[in-house]
Amino acid sequence: MKVTFPHMGNTHIPIKALLHKLKLEVIPPPPVTKRTLELGIKYSPEYACMPLKINVGNFIEAIEKGANTVVMAGGWGPCRFGYYAQVERDILHDLGYKFDMVVLEAPDFKFSELFNQVRSLAKNVSLYEGLKAVNFAWHKLNAVEVLEKKLEYLLPRVINKREIEKIYDEGLITIDKCDSKIELKSIVNEYMNKMEGLSLNNAQILKIGLIGEIYTILEPSTNYDIIRHLGRLNVEITRSIYTSDWVNDHLLGSKIKKSNRKHILTAANPYLDYWVGGHGWETIGFAVDFAQRGFNGLIQIGPLTCMPEIVAHQILGRVSNEENIPTMTLYFDEHSGQAGISTRIEAFVDMLKRKNFACTNEYVEKGVVNCSIT
Amino acid sequence: MAKIGIPHSLFYYYHYPLWKTFFEILGVTVITSPPTNRLIINKGLNLAVDEACFPIKVYFGHVEELCKEDIDYIFLPRMVSIEKKGYICPKFMGLPNMIKAALPNLPPVIDITIDLSKTDKKLKSDVIKIGQLFTDDNKLIKRALVAATNEFYLCRSLTKQGYSMSEAIKVWAGEEVNFSKANDLTICLLGHGYSLYDEAISLNVINKLRNLGVRVVLPEYLERKKVEEYAATVPKRVFWTLGRKMVGSALYSEKNPEIDGIIYLACFGCGPDSLIGEIIERKVKEKPFMLLTIDEHTGEGGFMTRIEAFCDMLKRRREIIYEGNFSTYG
Repeated sequence: MKVTFPHMGNTHIPIKALLHKLKLEVIPPPPVTKRTLELGIKYSPEYACMPLKINVGNFIEAIEKGANTVVMAGGWGPCRFGYYAQVERDILHDLGYKFDMVVLEAPDFKFSELFNQVRSLAKNVSLYEGLKAVNFAWHKLNAVEVLEKKLEYLLPRVINKREIEKIYDEGLITIDKCDSKIELKSIVNEYMNKMEGLSLNNAQILKIGLIGEIYTILEPSTNYDIIRHLGRLNVEITRSIYTSDWVNDHLLGSKIKKSNRKHILTAANPYLDYWVGGHGWETIGFAVDFAQRGFNGLIQIGPLTCMPEIVAHQILGRVSNEENIPTMTLYFDEHSGQAGISTRIEAFVDMLKRKNFACTNEYVEKGVVNCSIT
Repeated sequence: MAKIGIPHSLFYYYHYPLWKTFFEILGVTVITSPPTNRLIINKGLNLAVDEACFPIKVYFGHVEELCKEDIDYIFLPRMVSIEKKGYICPKFMGLPNMIKAALPNLPPVIDITIDLSKTDKKLKSDVIKIGQLFTDDNKLIKRALVAATNEFYLCRSLTKQGYSMSEAIKVWAGEEVNFSKANDLTICLLGHGYSLYDEAISLNVINKLRNLGVRVVLPEYLERKKVEEYAATVPKRVFWTLGRKMVGSALYSEKNPEIDGIIYLACFGCGPDSLIGEIIERKVKEKPFMLLTIDEHTGEGGFMTRIEAFCDMLKRRREIIYEGNFSTYG
């Protein structure tokens, strides 16, 4: 059994570790490229949302590399994601690819179904080994996230932005290769020190909250690497979604670490008081939370036609007015052009800089703000 | 006497008789917005975000139109689920909040949450709470609810005579509705009721087909039990109520010898439709199937051409029945 799974940002590192420790042969799909998306677009329904198209591309490329079992998550709605696996299987089978699909989802009728699904994957390991594998993957996930957060904080602050991105990329590769928990700690420390050792600039830093749909936030190839793009413009990004929080809240029952989910949903209440599937409710909750924490602006991102994000988008205008925070919404699909996206992001950042940093001579001289427009 | 406004849109086409009867027994006057017209559509387009689907945009227009009337309450139910373990769509779940965000000066809103996904007990108590806004007589409220449910089923039973839901509501209200009973061809027309039965959204596709001599079979006309049976044949239960009805109806129509072809009317940007259309297209292989996508830019000419071509193709196909018949899926 050669197992593969869909990409979602850096989650391939912990997932690979987990499957590997379950003594499965893992063939991760190649990184998402233009070809991946093109394959997906060619075979997927026209106005399905973008993650489905990338999934299809991922699976085709992984099967080409020899995978014969696809592990996919599922769900019971109302978001479309719950039906992804079914449509993807039909598409790939109709194309003539031969593979098995294991869909991990909370069961409709019997809990034993989920147990059987997991069991069918982890045939060769004992329960103890299984738990150890989950533990190791959890630690890897956290290691990756520590680096991600460090990059989000430091990228706007360092002078040599190319250098820090290089260190970060190397760090991820080293974590991916690492095979023991003790080694993991020293790797994280090593790369943290390297990143912190770079010299800092003294620019004014904008704080922008990135809210929206989980896949577009986590997967840089769908959002044109918006986090780094903003970082290079001296903007510190805080995301509404970090994978470890999601895993903690939804898979581990908020047992491993403290969850602020309740607080977020309460914050959303005056604007949206009902669950709308996907991450729509959280988007509004985080928008209010970020506004109250004094962020300078918000950017909402999602795939085109994403239903929960459309609900949030409609309400975000009211949040923006009443909480007094500028917002921008970007939808991504296969036609989004890099230049257009850059222009909109840069214009938004310029607007925020002008709004937040007083037009004093000091800043004009430093080039932080440009006040020449009358 | 209190006046309550109900938008002439979305679940109006399924539940209007129910709410009208309920409120009128309680002594409340029910006021609806006019049927969708270009003015209402334009209002909706201005209010809603661009990415929302067409019927949702139209709903915004209806609510704004209703606000002009002299009403004491506006009725905007939150449709989460109308059956166990099934949902409508995320947009419906957030609709009252979307409306409130776009239209800040609404009259008092009655937003009851209709969620039968787990239990129906909560719904009954919620409906009684709404009734208590207008009367203290709990017995009257319960009687009104029973009567309303009966009227709802009565109206729905009219669809078995070939009426569409919007026509059934007219007949139920005492109007006379005539339509051509020609049955040269029989086509199963699928789609979400709120787009199919709204003559402005669907570009009056039902009557266009009837005028071409087609007997139109709508999802409500098909036998419920059979539809469910066929819907259960897909590997995973479809968790959108309307979507599952579409899959079941399409698969049932494929096996039903009376029906010559299937047309699916989808709205651009509709989440469930994007996957349901795909599933039906891949499963229905023995009968011609056409997917029509509509939005606010749909031109009537192009639409008409496709329908006519489809009907001509069905007629020609019927005449040439031998092994060299063209396959229906290319």
